[in-house]
Amino acid sequence: MSSAAMRPYVAVFRTRFQLLLQYRAAALAGFGTQCWWGAIKVMVFAAFLSGPVASPMTLRETIDYIWLGQALLTMLPWSADQELARLVRSGDVAYERLRPLETYTYWYARAVARRTATPLLRSIPMILTTGVLLPSLGFAKWGLSAPPGLSAATMFALSLVFVIALASAFATILDLFVVATLSERGVNIVMAPLAIVLSGNLVPLPMLPDWLQPLVRNQPFAGLLDTPLRVYSGHLAGSAALLAIARQALWAVILIALGRALATRVLRRLQTQGG
Amino acid sequence: MPEPMIVVDSLTKAFRVAERRAGAWNALAGLVRRRYRRVDAIKDVSFTLAEGELLGLIGPNGAGKSTTIKILCGILEPTSGRCEVNGLVPWRDRVRHVARIGAVFGQRTQLWWDLPVIESFDLLRDIYRVAPERYRATRDELTARLDLSSLLDTPVRQLSLGQRMRCEIAASLLHEPRVLFLDEPTIGLDAVAKLAVRDFVKTLNATRGVTVILTTHDMHDIEALTHRVIVIGKGSVLADGSLEALRRGALGERRLWVHFAGEPTTIDVPGTTVRRRQGRSIELAFDPRTTSAHRLIARVAAEFDVEDVHLEEPPIEEVIARFYAQHAVDT
Repeated sequence: MSSAAMRPYVAVFRTRFQLLLQYRAAALAGFGTQCWWGAIKVMVFAAFLSGPVASPMTLRETIDYIWLGQALLTMLPWSADQELARLVRSGDVAYERLRPLETYTYWYARAVARRTATPLLRSIPMILTTGVLLPSLGFAKWGLSAPPGLSAATMFALSLVFVIALASAFATILDLFVVATLSERGVNIVMAPLAIVLSGNLVPLPMLPDWLQPLVRNQPFAGLLDTPLRVYSGHLAGSAALLAIARQALWAVILIALGRALATRVLRRLQTQGG
Repeated sequence: MPEPMIVVDSLTKAFRVAERRAGAWNALAGLVRRRYRRVDAIKDVSFTLAEGELLGLIGPNGAGKSTTIKILCGILEPTSGRCEVNGLVPWRDRVRHVARIGAVFGQRTQLWWDLPVIESFDLLRDIYRVAPERYRATRDELTARLDLSSLLDTPVRQLSLGQRMRCEIAASLLHEPRVLFLDEPTIGLDAVAKLAVRDFVKTLNATRGVTVILTTHDMHDIEALTHRVIVIGKGSVLADGSLEALRRGALGERRLWVHFAGEPTTIDVPGTTVRRRQGRSIELAFDPRTTSAHRLIARVAAEFDVEDVHLEEPPIEEVIARFYAQHAVDT
């Protein structure tokens, strides 16, 4: 699309991004909880890895995986957009169709704002605490370390772009389910456990049983956390990293196409619910 | 004759409503096999509207006013019938169509709840792709005419209903639409805010030639604003014409209040009926087509010891209520 054609969607993104950056109190509260959970997980995995086990990941890689995962937690699309849920409940969602915008792209732009502003707010204090404060206090072993090299850092940045694209595609599909079912409760119940387990937030995906690995690697949730986290620590490097990033991109494309198809159906039904 | 701005021809919208019957057994059966009932929200609605007209759409709750407006706005697709606004079929050409209309739904908000009003306006500027200079001029004019300058920096959630409604109306006009849909714009407003809204809409229609369709339950809106009224009941057009014609058809009587100097006596004037007695006053109803007002007054003054008289028309609410009753419309 040309920049003139993009203007409304960019404006929607910018406005929502700026608005979300104002929720600093929520970010601080979330930061506290995430530190607490992160610390527990670090201790559990340290205890687990100190025994005589053949682990697919070193303690160093695991700790980075945990802290960076906590920093990027709000990337996970595990619940529907509260604002949209409010619009659906109040019926104001009709106004969304009164805008001269293609509704899927409009909502996708809003989802991108949420998947950039909120993680930005949450990850900065987390990275400062675990990557700067802990090492300066002499606890470098338990903190977040820098990526092993420039290539890991670059590929991590690239992977992060696709996390945003993929998470926003997921989120827009959730939005459409909220519109179709007129409530956000159903999608939240289904989505939260899927996102937490399959993204690697609960247990790093490489630590799941071997026979599950082909399945785990190829499902879309892996691209939300597992891929960027392992690329960052160098656990995935070279062609393996590029392949994982390509998978993220592919899933983003598939989910956007699915979302668009769903939008056509759901929004037609939204029409019939008027009155 | 120029092409009409809005053409509505035999428009019908049917909804499928799942039937639920009482009882646990029926609830279980409903899981397996649902029964649906067809409900016609509107049926065979037809009218045309010329550019620059101001139409009042009235009818009891559930009559089909909002359904009609939603179809005209392009957010609802009718089951059958034809409809064109400004040469476009609203639901088929939604994006192009909605760029050229404005709409205010009184019970909803189109402003972003957490944003200051001005930021909502700026966002609408980009959504409607309005050129910056043009936008500034329109925004400043609307700000002046709706008296918004002190509200622009306030987040929408902190506005009173009257303030918000003024902002909603401004928001619907930033892209200078040729057609404006107002669905209950005065609902819940106090007297001053209602007057402000009416005054603004009237001026907008008169000076800018913006075509307006207004739905309301407040008959004073209709009296103050519209020359033409369409009454919808049970999904069909029951009447289409001036308020005066509606009045004549439904409740054409006039009323004469007679205030007696002394105790009121029984009063029996041919062609009149006694509607009410109140203290020393009696209200007579008569049909102006058969009984002339000045002869009636002369006769009453001659026959009785009268201190004062005055003439009244039935209030518009009563006319409409009578009209609904005549057409057996449930309210």
